[in-house]
Amino acid sequence: MKILCPVKRVLDPYVKVRVKQDNSDVDLANAKMAMNPFCEIAVEQAIRLKEQGHASEVVLVAVGPQQSQETLRTGLAMGADRGILVKAEPAPEPLGVAKILKAICDKESPDLVFAGKQAVDGDNNQTGQMLSALLGWAQGTFVSKVEVHDDHFLVTREIDGGLEQLKIGRPAVLTADLRLCEPRYASLPNIMKAKKKPIDNYTPEDLGVEVGHRLTLQKVEEPPARQAGIKVDSVGELVDKLHDEAKVI
Amino acid sequence: MALPSPLDADAPTWPEIRQGVRDLCARLPGSYWRDKDRERAYPKEFVDALTEAGYLACLIPEAYGGSGLPLSAAAAILEEVHKSGGNGAACHAQMYTMGTLLRHGSEDQRRAYLPGIARGELRLQAFGVSEPDAGSDTLSIKTTAVRDGDDYVIQGQKIWTSRAEHSDLMLLLARTTPKDRVEKRSRGLSVFLIDLRQHIGRGVEIQPIRTMINHATTQVFLDDLRVPVSALVGEPDRGFAYILDGMNAERVLIAAECIGDGRWFVDQARRYASDRTVFDSPIGAKQGVQFPIARAYAQVEAADLMVQQAAQRFERGQPCGKTANMAKLLASEAAWQAGDTCLQTFGGYGFAEDYDVERKFRETRLYQVAPVSTNLILAYLGEHVLGMPRST
Repeated sequence: MKILCPVKRVLDPYVKVRVKQDNSDVDLANAKMAMNPFCEIAVEQAIRLKEQGHASEVVLVAVGPQQSQETLRTGLAMGADRGILVKAEPAPEPLGVAKILKAICDKESPDLVFAGKQAVDGDNNQTGQMLSALLGWAQGTFVSKVEVHDDHFLVTREIDGGLEQLKIGRPAVLTADLRLCEPRYASLPNIMKAKKKPIDNYTPEDLGVEVGHRLTLQKVEEPPARQAGIKVDSVGELVDKLHDEAKVI
Repeated sequence: MALPSPLDADAPTWPEIRQGVRDLCARLPGSYWRDKDRERAYPKEFVDALTEAGYLACLIPEAYGGSGLPLSAAAAILEEVHKSGGNGAACHAQMYTMGTLLRHGSEDQRRAYLPGIARGELRLQAFGVSEPDAGSDTLSIKTTAVRDGDDYVIQGQKIWTSRAEHSDLMLLLARTTPKDRVEKRSRGLSVFLIDLRQHIGRGVEIQPIRTMINHATTQVFLDDLRVPVSALVGEPDRGFAYILDGMNAERVLIAAECIGDGRWFVDQARRYASDRTVFDSPIGAKQGVQFPIARAYAQVEAADLMVQQAAQRFERGQPCGKTANMAKLLASEAAWQAGDTCLQTFGGYGFAEDYDVERKFRETRLYQVAPVSTNLILAYLGEHVLGMPRST
């Protein structure tokens, strides 16, 4: 079984997000970037499936700027076999990414695409679902557990109010939720090996995919600074203020 | 790969390895190190993680199961451990103690031990050199090893033998030819590889020493310790030369840890100074606070240049005694200066355990004393580099 894992380069979730001075976008200049945590979880699961003998190859795909190569190297150092970089700047919208991934799937014929449920930059939560529709494959989103069987996957999904189990035919698109597994840190021998693992380069044009942007970003603002609260002397005063000033009762 | 923060070197060596170590250390926060410090406990989880990820085997050649990387890679690893707020002393010697075995041991010894050391199943991270009456004056050690048939019988006492309780194997320096019967002053000492697993309670007794930092150091008593001739590393009587060439590597690596400490202190100080507001402005706006931090930063950066140069000379096989010693001197003092500045910047809060400053402050103080004290480096530079009269 061949597994394809899309990986996205995002702002490191542990650093504070800054907004550009002209409010046109988030300021990424000199910001620390990292692999999207949900992608990392999916890569970890894919590598575990390989270690358990269910998969023969784990291929990573990054769509984005040239520096996404570093994100690929991070995944290769975890244990993935090779990488594919589709250079596209600015990064395409979810539909564009899904079309690119579809084209890569046509080339690579994976048995499973294991993606993160969403990327922590735009929180779109669309790419996996769109890819499944474009490929006409089954999908299992928000996966917190996966079992591999001969002709299907048995997945557990986290849904409102509980867990849902689905039997999904192969091939399929799965997207990883937070509790699926904990990603490993790369070992030194694997970090050194990752430098030598191959990365193929494409552009959307090479793949015959049109990735025009349909959305325009209007404005990005910092959340308003929290105002100091007030103290009231009595319950009566509190009720008055809630009624007259806050108008919530 | 992350873009460098102002606290990273301008062109960091081994960026991928550094990132890997940072990711690993991020899972062991300050509270982990504080708890270990309070209990004077061995940071086993940290050592296990570093071992499993292969970092401690970075200097062991690939043929014996390591990564076969040069010294600068090991320096980058240890610098990052210290820059993250941790401390490498619990296991840094697992990286380099094997160097004596690698360079001077027999092929049988290398094959017998290095693969296990590379996997971390065998811990060789103790080296018994110092004695109560002879530390830096190594040629005056009193521990003796006397040949008896196919064995050597060892008698003596070692002190400041770090990590002996956490080692399976220990290198030991002992006198095999009395001082008055050697051809050359530097001859007569030999290095032995002691299998502590066999000899604890049978010739070897280890007593821990509590110190001002969480550092697993010990006294080792050797009483009629009988080891086979095969425990000898290299030729008899040549041991002093063997340990000398390992010392330069050790000094470079300790210096890299100091650089990591220095960068941690500067980072903590600049953050605190930027946030802490007193008299309506951040204290970092006041030059009395800002300038010492900027100066500490410059000193750490300068010392790092010497560390990088010493590592490079070592890797190229060039003489590096001078640069390795100067790197350790400058880096340990830069780290101490940065630590003092950081503590002063934090004021009373720096003394509170929760900020980790007081712990790192205590820890980094060690490096002006060990593995060689500042005065002995100055004596070496004065006498052997600058050609002044013998330093006494």
